[in-house]
Amino acid sequence: MESITNSIQGVPLNHYILFCAILFSIGVMGVLIRRNAIVIFMSVELMLNAVNLLLTAFSVHHGDASGQVFVFFVMALAAAEVAVGLAIIVMIYRNTSSTDINVLNRLKW
Amino acid sequence: MNLFYFIAFLSIFFSLLVIFSKNPVYSVLYLIVTFFTLTIHYILLNAQFLAIVNFIVYMGAIMVLFLFVLMLLNLNEDSEPMKSNLIKVAGVVAGMCLLVTLVGSFRALGDSDPLILKNPEIGLVKNLGKVLFDEFLLPFEISSILLLSAMVGAVLLAKKDPKKI
Repeated sequence: MESITNSIQGVPLNHYILFCAILFSIGVMGVLIRRNAIVIFMSVELMLNAVNLLLTAFSVHHGDASGQVFVFFVMALAAAEVAVGLAIIVMIYRNTSSTDINVLNRLKW
Repeated sequence: MNLFYFIAFLSIFFSLLVIFSKNPVYSVLYLIVTFFTLTIHYILLNAQFLAIVNFIVYMGAIMVLFLFVLMLLNLNEDSEPMKSNLIKVAGVVAGMCLLVTLVGSFRALGDSDPLILKNPEIGLVKNLGKVLFDEFLLPFEISSILLLSAMVGAVLLAKKDPKKI
């Protein structure tokens, strides 16, 4: 393990922040440009993962284990969210026979 | 050091493919690869517990759930609803604006120290378990209730209405 962890020695923390910001923005773009509800869910997962990685990087940088415990809770939350969300999508598909979110535009009112 | 940049490039590349591929099944497969690269990031940070949990929960459970729903609903490229090009361009511009704002605010922080593993033992299961079952025992118990309620809710939502049968 020593040789693997040596390979990140010297990466500035700023580069981790930058990388996670890019990943988060890609997730936001995915939510904005797609209409398939399942792909939107996947983009939300991408955003959650970007935040998880940044929390881990900060936790390692400061030598505090609490950050990694938070990541563990976020993962549990994401699992619950995906289960409920996909159940909702299955129900929407059963009622409208499509996963297009524009079918649900009456939710806007 | 170069390994980090290579893996970061791969993550960004595959996450772009996730949102730009037309077929939702390909999106899920690219998402699996993205999660795998993130697992490698966790290993590089010596967060071994999180790497294993990420591997099992995200790449195993959540991706099976996504693929299962996609296959169940029989979605493919033909049934894929696409937004008009104008909205797509507007979405990309809005995302870029967010990115520029974030990067600009991080610039104000100035140069940071290089990431160093102050305590390499921190991400191991032994240490994390001690913290989780000592300081965070109550949130851990509450998260089990959350998972139970999510399970009940998912079953209730996906079940057919008995009156309609």
